[in-house]
Amino acid sequence: MAIKRKTLTRHGREGFKNIRRNGWMSFASMSAVAIMLFVVGAFAFLIVNTNHLIDTIENDVEIRAFFEHDVDASEQESVLEEVESHDSVENVVYRDRDEGLDVFMESMGSDGEVFENLREENPLNDALIIQATDPQMTAAVAEEVNAQSAIESVEYGESILGQLFTVTNYVRILGGALVIGLIFTSVFLISNTIKLTILSRKDEIQIMKLVGATNSFVRFPFFIEGALIGLIGAIIPIAGLTVGYSYLYSFMYDQVPFFTFVEPNPMIWQISGLLLLVSILVGIFGSQMSVRKFLKV
Amino acid sequence: MITMKRVRKTYPNGVQALNGMNIHIDKGEFVYVVGPSGAGKTTFIKLMIRELKPSEGLIQINGNNLGDLSDKQIPYLRRKIGVVFQDFKLFTKLSVYENIAFALEVIEEDPEQIKTKVMDVLEIVGLKSKARFNTSELSGGEKQRIAIARAIVNQPAILIADEPTGNLDPETAWSIMGTLEEINNRGTTIVMATHNSHIVNTLKKRVIAIENGKVVRDEVGGSYGYQA
Repeated sequence: MAIKRKTLTRHGREGFKNIRRNGWMSFASMSAVAIMLFVVGAFAFLIVNTNHLIDTIENDVEIRAFFEHDVDASEQESVLEEVESHDSVENVVYRDRDEGLDVFMESMGSDGEVFENLREENPLNDALIIQATDPQMTAAVAEEVNAQSAIESVEYGESILGQLFTVTNYVRILGGALVIGLIFTSVFLISNTIKLTILSRKDEIQIMKLVGATNSFVRFPFFIEGALIGLIGAIIPIAGLTVGYSYLYSFMYDQVPFFTFVEPNPMIWQISGLLLLVSILVGIFGSQMSVRKFLKV
Repeated sequence: MITMKRVRKTYPNGVQALNGMNIHIDKGEFVYVVGPSGAGKTTFIKLMIRELKPSEGLIQINGNNLGDLSDKQIPYLRRKIGVVFQDFKLFTKLSVYENIAFALEVIEEDPEQIKTKVMDVLEIVGLKSKARFNTSELSGGEKQRIAIARAIVNQPAILIADEPTGNLDPETAWSIMGTLEEINNRGTTIVMATHNSHIVNTLKKRVIAIENGKVVRDEVGGSYGYQA
């Protein structure tokens, strides 16, 4: 049966009014929503940035493939082309031995100048600096490149790479599990608090039923009320997290130049939107589940 | 209008509240239901509004067999029966006006009509001036009148009142009876469970006495018949 528009208006109005009528209980529910969302939101920012840090570290992983000394330019060129066309290779840069020396000297700082006299008899090899599309493919790509006869050797920090990926994988899994666990906990806590506010209105629901209200008539205002509790409860933590994160981001940007946080835009809006959606849904879920129990009159 | 045939009601804890009850009440009647505490009066009322289902037997209201009603049809039954509960069952956080209007909102009455009907019914129970009061600010007698107003605002064919004068002083009780009498005069069937011997013996009506879940006496113009 279709609901008349004026009845729908009535339900909406009642939903708003109920928030006011049950002032303290509404406040308690909204506070529970706000606190839990704040924790979930802060944790989400933490996880996003941890992932960002891991990505930064992993993306620094590169393969240095050194050519044999006696390989000529055309042969180097064909190896470069072959590596470039490899599916798992993101980026290849050719670095000849002179550049290699520059980089090496630079890395030594002022002490590097003493190596200037090596310029004539440069012992270094021409090299390819390779990045894999997926950092975790590094070892496989390195092995394939090493198989080329023109390549003398490859280096990619194989000793620490395995450990690094083990650690980063664990951090990712742990982070994901914690987020899921936290979301479940907050869904449970929020819907339980809302349940308490409705528990105190058991009599009210029974009267409605005894006066001849249908189940959906009883339910609808609670639906609106639950959604509103979720909505209003989400505003403060979202505002707080947005402002806080933007501030933290610019602070880190100025003070710690070697590691930047994930840019607030659009990440902040995505997380806020998600928090808002979850909050409203949990509000509705909590209210509907608790009303359901009292409808059998 | 109201028919009960061989109605039994046994509660899950084994208590047998009604034990083969037979009743027939016609349109426009005013009936007192009397009997000692625990005789089955409240069960009888709860069965009529399908707050309870009979364990056995037939209950018909306006020709509809309540046993055949699905859960979805129950609200529509209740809209045809006004009920005044002993504990009033008013919405404590709502105003007098909102309490009565609720019964009309439920049937999706037009907002303009709601206003008119609520004020009309407040006129009948004599509380028009208290429309904006919160129900918690009212006296027991006033609460009872609001409960009556809400029960009749839909113009139900039947008004069931469970101890409507219980806990009220004699003067207030009599004015409530005046209101019920007036409602009955407009054609509404009234079934009133009561312990008030003075009222039953003074304002003579049909008396149905229930004991141990059975009708033991049914006489028009009868008396209360129990020690008050």
